[in-house]
Amino acid sequence: MTKYTPEVVIEPPPGAEELALTICAAHDNRPDELLEIFHELQHELGYVPEQVLPAIANVLNRSRAEIYGVLTFYHEFRRSPGGRHNIKICRAEACQAMHTQNLCRHAEEKLRIKFGETTADGQFSLEAVYCLGNCALSPAMMIDGDLYGCVDKERFDNILSDLDRGGSA
Amino acid sequence: MTTRIFVPRDAAALSMGADAVAKAITAEAKKRNVKVEIVRNGSRGMLWLEPLVEVETEEGRVAYGPVKPADVPSLFKGGFLKGEKHKLSHGLTEEIAYLKNQERLTFARCGITDPLSIEDYRALGGFEGLTKALTMVPLDIVTEVTNSGLRGRGGAAFPTGIKWKTVHDAKAEQKYICCNADEGDSGTFADRMLMEGDPYCLIEGMTIAGIAVGATKGYIYVRSEYPHAVATLREAIRIATAANWLGRTIQGSPHTFELHVRMGAGAYVCGEETSMLESLEGRRGLVRYKPPLPAIEGLFGLPTVINNVLSLASVPIILAKGGDYYRDFGVGKSRGTLAFQLAGNIKQGGLVEKAFGVTARELIEGYGGGTLSGRPLRAVQFGGPLGAYLPNDKLDTPMDYEAFMKVDAMVGHGGIVVFDDTVDMAEMARFAMEFCTIESCGKCTPCRIGSVRGVETMDRIIAGVERERNLEILKDLCETMTDGSLCAMGGLTPLPVMSALRHFPEDFHRPVRAEAAE
Repeated sequence: MTKYTPEVVIEPPPGAEELALTICAAHDNRPDELLEIFHELQHELGYVPEQVLPAIANVLNRSRAEIYGVLTFYHEFRRSPGGRHNIKICRAEACQAMHTQNLCRHAEEKLRIKFGETTADGQFSLEAVYCLGNCALSPAMMIDGDLYGCVDKERFDNILSDLDRGGSA
Repeated sequence: MTTRIFVPRDAAALSMGADAVAKAITAEAKKRNVKVEIVRNGSRGMLWLEPLVEVETEEGRVAYGPVKPADVPSLFKGGFLKGEKHKLSHGLTEEIAYLKNQERLTFARCGITDPLSIEDYRALGGFEGLTKALTMVPLDIVTEVTNSGLRGRGGAAFPTGIKWKTVHDAKAEQKYICCNADEGDSGTFADRMLMEGDPYCLIEGMTIAGIAVGATKGYIYVRSEYPHAVATLREAIRIATAANWLGRTIQGSPHTFELHVRMGAGAYVCGEETSMLESLEGRRGLVRYKPPLPAIEGLFGLPTVINNVLSLASVPIILAKGGDYYRDFGVGKSRGTLAFQLAGNIKQGGLVEKAFGVTARELIEGYGGGTLSGRPLRAVQFGGPLGAYLPNDKLDTPMDYEAFMKVDAMVGHGGIVVFDDTVDMAEMARFAMEFCTIESCGKCTPCRIGSVRGVETMDRIIAGVERERNLEILKDLCETMTDGSLCAMGGLTPLPVMSALRHFPEDFHRPVRAEAAE
């Protein structure tokens, strides 16, 4: 799955570097806690801006290449802003046994984007995941940390329209 | 009188609307002016019934499910507070055959109480194993675990006691216990269910491991796809530390054990133990060469026990009831129980803990009730994405490590994914290769390049391009990946591919579809 990479450089949100340094300090600048640091940064900003990596490398006493390498290794970390809601649909075997392919196709048509992309209004991003641990209630989907089971086309549409109205379904 | 009502907080139950059901019950009770206490318990593992609501009555707990918020008024009207019959009623929970016929050792407590109540945990026999361990010589704890015959529940099935003995004998200032909770295999959810439904059991098992091998620090590496498990564990660790079941001088003993939760970030390969260690050190999850074994040079280069969630969660009962008690379950060299997980296209999906030796058919047909679609069962994948596909006529194989090896398959972590006759096994073989291209750590060539070539070769086979020649290339490629890969990621990807080809050759020789040929 190739991820959406913007061609224009996105300016990081103001104060991103200070935030990164505060988070690092809260972890005692320990390099082994780098994943936790990225998780918290992504939680706050929605993604990890590449511009803050040199500062993180500096305080953790690791090379910029190492820090960049960690960020790019893990599927969970975003390097560009996603949508307001992040939809992850499981495409692993158990969900395939319950025809997740149909759900995936429906999601792409409904949102008019491909996996790895964000809708033009910035409302939804669509990502593929491989197992959400809900394999007895396939197909499974996760939106912003909320898990959904037995998701058919109708349920998908209902969940999305609830979110569009501002609820958290 | 206040009636106690149980609505699970397990992620699977939440995924079917358990929160909304709990809310609806509170609202309806208020409207009717009756007193209810809602307990958010773990899941009983009968996942097709989720949200499974239980009502405490004089006869015992009565089960209703799957409950939707709209069902709540009719449940109250039908007298469910007294356990009356209803179209969603299943009678006494403990009498439901699916649950009653299980042999629950590791999951004995799961789903019964509020998972974060340490009082409930103790009332149901919790911390008995640890209390015993605190009075024992560390080597005796290791011996007890060795005697139980417990083997690694993550899939590799290495004897746990032998691993512990190596770490016990290693000399070092600091040793570690690392729990591998990176349960990435499709078709598995037992680790998640235990972490969410009985977190103290895992904490107790890890503390016992710490005392046994002389480790004072532990890490639980949980995948980021499990936010509920992470939150439950962090809260449980906080409560256990406050109650002095973790931390310094545990329950007045000289033992110290600190526990931390670390979250992965969506990399399947980090379930491989050395890749997990790299990730715990804040690096790319690149697999390490072995030797040195992690038991000698593990986390931060120091001796480390790495065990799966269910291996560690089986330890408390082994200590509490003795290794012999645990070993009496099971067959041959597969001792104790395994938490089988029925998943995919199955009518009654969920968790079934049984002694080794039960046949796959008993699980899939007896417990699972066959396919959900009602169509004929065609293939079953055992042991996750790196496990073999078996056809219907192999399902009478007993579920034990050795019997499964004889049919070129793996029991693995106990995941069972059922497919009906709409499955295209050539597509599944292609997917196994594709999954490897997505998740390979990239360190060794057979896995990194081999999987890409595998996808290309499968594409040609499916498109009908020089089929016989490409099938030879596929076999050759699989041999190279099996023999030449650094870890199980590349080394076992050929297992689903070759088993699909062996048992379902017709799918690799189908007439080419019109659109594929164009």
